[in-house]
Amino acid sequence: MAGVHVSTTINGDPVEFVCQPGEVLLDVLRNRIGLTGAKEGCGTGDCGACSVTVDGRLVCACLVLGAEVEGRSVTTVEGLASGGELHPLQRKFIEHAALQCGICTPGFLVAAKALLDRNASPSEEEIRYALAGNLCRCTGYDKIVRAVQAAASELATDATRKSGKASGSKSGRKSTKKQVA
Amino acid sequence: MKYEAPTSTKDAVALLAKNKGSAYVLAGGSDLLVRLKGGFIEPDLIVDIKRIGAMQEIKKTASGFRIGAAVPCVAMGESQALNKAWPGVVEAAKLIGSDQVQGRCTVTGNLCNASPAADSVPALVTARAKAVVVGPKGRRTVAVEKIPAGPGRTTLTKGELIEAITLPAPKPKTGDAYLRFTPRTEMDIAVCSAAVSVTLGKGGVVEEARVALGAVAPTVVLVPAAAKAIIGTKLDAAALDALAAACRAACSPIDDKRGTVEFRTDVAGVLAKRAAKVAYQRAGGK
Repeated sequence: MAGVHVSTTINGDPVEFVCQPGEVLLDVLRNRIGLTGAKEGCGTGDCGACSVTVDGRLVCACLVLGAEVEGRSVTTVEGLASGGELHPLQRKFIEHAALQCGICTPGFLVAAKALLDRNASPSEEEIRYALAGNLCRCTGYDKIVRAVQAAASELATDATRKSGKASGSKSGRKSTKKQVA
Repeated sequence: MKYEAPTSTKDAVALLAKNKGSAYVLAGGSDLLVRLKGGFIEPDLIVDIKRIGAMQEIKKTASGFRIGAAVPCVAMGESQALNKAWPGVVEAAKLIGSDQVQGRCTVTGNLCNASPAADSVPALVTARAKAVVVGPKGRRTVAVEKIPAGPGRTTLTKGELIEAITLPAPKPKTGDAYLRFTPRTEMDIAVCSAAVSVTLGKGGVVEEARVALGAVAPTVVLVPAAAKAIIGTKLDAAALDALAAACRAACSPIDDKRGTVEFRTDVAGVLAKRAAKVAYQRAGGK
């Protein structure tokens, strides 16, 4: 069986691989690229443990062919932390003990990130609906929901502080002008 | 197995036509890849249609909308124009699977998978949606309800694929709605379902109506008798009871672990009533 040659971007890095035509992205990531963050829970798109984004859309990597990501941009849980610093979601999951066995956690993090990217301050109901495609058999979900809420509010505070600083410096400049005038 | 990702409908049709073995069209893959991995199908060829430009967009046309076969349901939810015109179609499409599945699944795939419980199909039927079918003999446009032939079977012939689903622009004072029964609130498959669209005339009287049921027969069922029961009324209690009775009479469901014949038949009537009320309100009726 002839392999398919694929050039793609994974977590911002250009990547090339050869895979079988029927090989799913999850197997490519885990077995060929060495990114084992995405997990295989069910393999049928029901549990969300293999959640990744392709061109910004949240998908199950077990239901995407490796060959399909030619020229696309894939983000996995390994792409969440930047410069050795955990993403606020990752920190809040640890602080709130939002994991036990940890198999579902990468999928929850990727799905929660996708949610916060499009809705910065989701209600509890919105969080529960958005994460309905991710199954956890340990935590009972409450701690996960709390962790996502905490991360959302931290990200919102950071955003306000940043914009506050910006406008603060602006008004600072203005007042300087006034003083000069 | 070969994987091909053509960039035009013409090339996709040519690939399907010249293939001698079993060939499958890949849109979102949320049904196809499950069957592939489970060993239920052994394709010689998979034709991925997601590189075909025209299949990836929702277009507003002179007559309404054209939803490309590769448009994921999440994109339907993001289209304000589509939400405004056919909220029932969008709410049905948005009920399929999780956010992860929404990012991939398509209404064309939902139709071609030919499950009697397909969520988007009853709402497409009541909205008078049509499928643009392309094959070796050219293009044909058929009503969506003509596509499913039975569980897992369609009326498409060898080498044919659906390029797009079209929806008419709704007439003034039109509303539609889709409701399903599932034991869980999310991530479940309809035990039975109902879609209703209504167009109101003077004084809020129903002038036109369409009623379709899901998961109560081998294919989606359009129920003209149920539509007739509410045409000329303002959805008074008697009209709604007649609607429910007509729906129940049109049911021929199976008995399985998810619902009995009696349960499905009874609930189909209840859902049709509720969907009719929502559609009526959306049409501007009070």
